[in-house]
Amino acid sequence: MATSSNNSPALLDIAEVSKSFGSVAVLRSVSLQVAKGEVVTIIGPSGSGKTTLLRCVNFLESYDSGSIRIDGKEVGFRPGPARNSGTRQRRSERDLAAMRAETGMVFQSFNLFPHLTAAGNIMLGLTKVRRKSSSEARSIAEHWLGRVGLAHKADSLPAELSGGQQQRVGIARAVAMEPKILLLDEITSALDPELVGEVLAVVKSLAEDGMTMVMVTHEMAFARDASSRIVFMADGGVSAVGPPKEILAAETTNERLRTFLARFRASHF
Amino acid sequence: MGYTLNFNLIWRHFDKLWGGLLLSLELAVISIAIGIVIGLVLAVWYVSAGRVVRAIIAAYVEFIRNVPLILLVYLVFYGVPTVIDLAYSAPTSFVLTLSVYSGAYLVEVFRSGLEAVPRGQLDAGKAIGLTPWQRLIHVRLPTMLRITLPALSNTFISLFKDTSIASVISVPELTYGAQWINFNTFRIVEVYLVTTAMYLVTGYTLLFALRLVERRFRTAR
Repeated sequence: MATSSNNSPALLDIAEVSKSFGSVAVLRSVSLQVAKGEVVTIIGPSGSGKTTLLRCVNFLESYDSGSIRIDGKEVGFRPGPARNSGTRQRRSERDLAAMRAETGMVFQSFNLFPHLTAAGNIMLGLTKVRRKSSSEARSIAEHWLGRVGLAHKADSLPAELSGGQQQRVGIARAVAMEPKILLLDEITSALDPELVGEVLAVVKSLAEDGMTMVMVTHEMAFARDASSRIVFMADGGVSAVGPPKEILAAETTNERLRTFLARFRASHF
Repeated sequence: MGYTLNFNLIWRHFDKLWGGLLLSLELAVISIAIGIVIGLVLAVWYVSAGRVVRAIIAAYVEFIRNVPLILLVYLVFYGVPTVIDLAYSAPTSFVLTLSVYSGAYLVEVFRSGLEAVPRGQLDAGKAIGLTPWQRLIHVRLPTMLRITLPALSNTFISLFKDTSIASVISVPELTYGAQWINFNTFRIVEVYLVTTAMYLVTGYTLLFALRLVERRFRTAR
């Protein structure tokens, strides 16, 4: 079993999480711990449960059993009434919203709010969730737009931005909330190849700042360079975990991983 | 065919038409405003409700859409007061009817708009920690409005024209004014030509104004 790289309790602790869609098991007793400041990359064939696992971390998806804790606090559930020890209840929508504000998420399809400008997209959470004044929110938004190289696009609507620019706004929107963990779900998969670099550069600079990140990606070169550890998922379970060099080595003994990497290299190079 | 057009009598009674047009607009504006409230509340309720509530709202929509408006107008004006002891004027009765009628059409417009809001946007709203109510107000409704504006404009124009049906219960709106002039002057061609022109000009003006609103919402601030 993989443990976090130091002895302090994990910031994110996923323990034996399982989930089925009907009769199809998408997550089979997945366990994973992520320490503060780590960058963990999840790779694996499509349908292996990577995105579902990520969406469970901020409870965009519920899970059937196991637990996910951030800073020791269970994400989607709270213990049931005392007379039924061992049971659990879904948290109230208000609780869930408060807990989700502690994680940031960046989506494959950007998912910017189309009626708000770049700055407006970032300010919405700051004013409504963090209760900041709109002038304070505006200056935070401008700060983060500057960080992602879009200071001059603050007043542009999403429709006026390129895919790469939209995704950088998406990243700024997530990190402006100062989340404990940033979840990145195939954030370059919908981009034209020439726009991938500008988005990955932003992610890299966040990693250097010590942002804790869990990302699903197909950018193997980036995974190798930016990750503390790589998780290989197959059939809804964690098949291998380790440092990038170890996981991406061609001579791995893990049969599934070797097949995945071989197929990946064949189709991408 | 020795019919010569003579508009003199129309102009003499033009106040009937002008006053009628203003009343038509008033009926339409009030009914649509109430209809929007009915439509929004029921549509939001529908998309978040269970099967029973959905069935009840769907039944309301289907009932209204399958019964001619003129029948509903008769039913509310003549039928309801005979069953329950309640008296209201003809204009009030018509506004009541057209509100409920427009509400049913607007539920459909708003519901399909709400369902067309991409799921990713709602996920993004959840991910930054918005509560369900905040997601509705700040994410779902603004996007829904942009999606539905064209359909909304068409519905508004159509409802404005439906005010002509108020003439059957003697509400002195535009069509009633036209009928009055026709009965009293027998200048049938002239009066309906003028009335048609008035509906056309008003309808096009409304449409033009609504298209301006649409364009404003579509492009940058």
